[in-house]
Amino acid sequence: MALYRDDGVVLRTYRLGEADRIVVFYTRSHGKVRAVAKGVRRTKSKFGARLEPASIVHLQLYEGRNLDIVTQAESVGPLPQLRTDLDRFGRASVLLEVIDQIGTEGEPDPMLFKLLTGALTELDRAGNPMVVPAFVARVLVLEGVQPLLEACVHCGTEVDLVAIDLSEGGVLCREHRRGEPISNGARAVFEHLFEGRVRQVLEATSEPVASEVEQMASRMIEQHIERRLKSSTVLHQHLAT
Amino acid sequence: MSAYAKPVEILIDELGRLPGIGPKSAQRIAFHLLKVDRVDAQRLADAITVMKDTVSFCDRCFNIAEGANCEICIDPKRDDSVICVVEEPKDIAAIEKTGAFRGRYHVLQGAINMLEGIGPEQLKIKELALRIAAEDISEVILCTNPNIEGETTAAFIATKILAPFQINVTRLASGLPVGGDLEYADELTLGRALEGRQAVR
Ligand SMILES: [Zn+2]
Ligand SMILES: [Zn+2]
Repeated sequence: MALYRDDGVVLRTYRLGEADRIVVFYTRSHGKVRAVAKGVRRTKSKFGARLEPASIVHLQLYEGRNLDIVTQAESVGPLPQLRTDLDRFGRASVLLEVIDQIGTEGEPDPMLFKLLTGALTELDRAGNPMVVPAFVARVLVLEGVQPLLEACVHCGTEVDLVAIDLSEGGVLCREHRRGEPISNGARAVFEHLFEGRVRQVLEATSEPVASEVEQMASRMIEQHIERRLKSSTVLHQHLAT
Repeated sequence: MSAYAKPVEILIDELGRLPGIGPKSAQRIAFHLLKVDRVDAQRLADAITVMKDTVSFCDRCFNIAEGANCEICIDPKRDDSVICVVEEPKDIAAIEKTGAFRGRYHVLQGAINMLEGIGPEQLKIKELALRIAAEDISEVILCTNPNIEGETTAAFIATKILAPFQINVTRLASGLPVGGDLEYADELTLGRALEGRQAVR
């Protein structure tokens, strides 16, 4: 079982020793993979920028006892705009952190891989703020959890829905409101997203609904993975200034 | 459950907070210190205390300084009109070795890395804008690392922070392959990159 090939997205990297890095990939056929890239921090490294977060690469890896070793990395889809636009890169960071949290070593999920590469490519192309919510909704559907958005989780009424309580799993009417407020606009966007009408949301969502949806999407996924996303916290701090 | 004496546990815990030191290394260092002579251990403790008491960061550029300002900020022979923006004080050392730069510096104390929870607010970026508003500066050279964190930081500073000012903004020129760390660039490459810097707007 020496060498193997796969496509992967760089989720994050850690410094290792003087010039190496540990690179965490989400691959199409091997799930999450942790591998060593030797000499990658030297400015003359053959890997160049190909092993930096959000890069999509075709990989050749050598199976090691603890960590695999990256022997080749070719860029599949270069994403130049992500590198120079902090809003886009911040949003890409949220996608990467989510996959790092839910991905598992040795458990491939080609749907999740496709979702990640698709979302990164779309962010690079247009930088649409609705990419992260669309991604979160698809991830939650794949994970088999989605909030009830059409009726109050307490009494079932379909009118005057004003709040959402993520720990309760859905929206609430005025009488039973708990959790945090949600506008009708934001609720409608989430209904579209959970039913797969992504294109419509990307094309037609504008402020202030867009930022309400984006922040709520982060909290939805945080609720699911049961921890805060570092990237989402600083992204929203940055977007607010 | 406590496996070791309390003072040893406390030391392991403190060492484990240092960058690049995992629990295993922290344990190894703690046991090493347990074995060395008291004088040697005291010398290490003193070095830390003396450094903390006498050295901090420059009020103006956030380089390492003994006193309120660093040696470069105090030096009257440096060119006030050019600022080189770097991530860490160690990058200043690398650039000084080239001899290709005679201006002043601004240390961001890191680069934007949202995955690690570091955004513009966590860096000395606001302070850079304040300096440019207050000092007579005609050029800013963005010398962040040629990797994705350094690039997004440079792009953010160029487009969002420096845009309102009438100054030249340049970035290190080619010769620095992307993906690397500035501190590993050889002096010749780094010197050439400085001389051939390019306008970013
Ligand atoms: Zn109700
Ligand atoms: Zn200074």
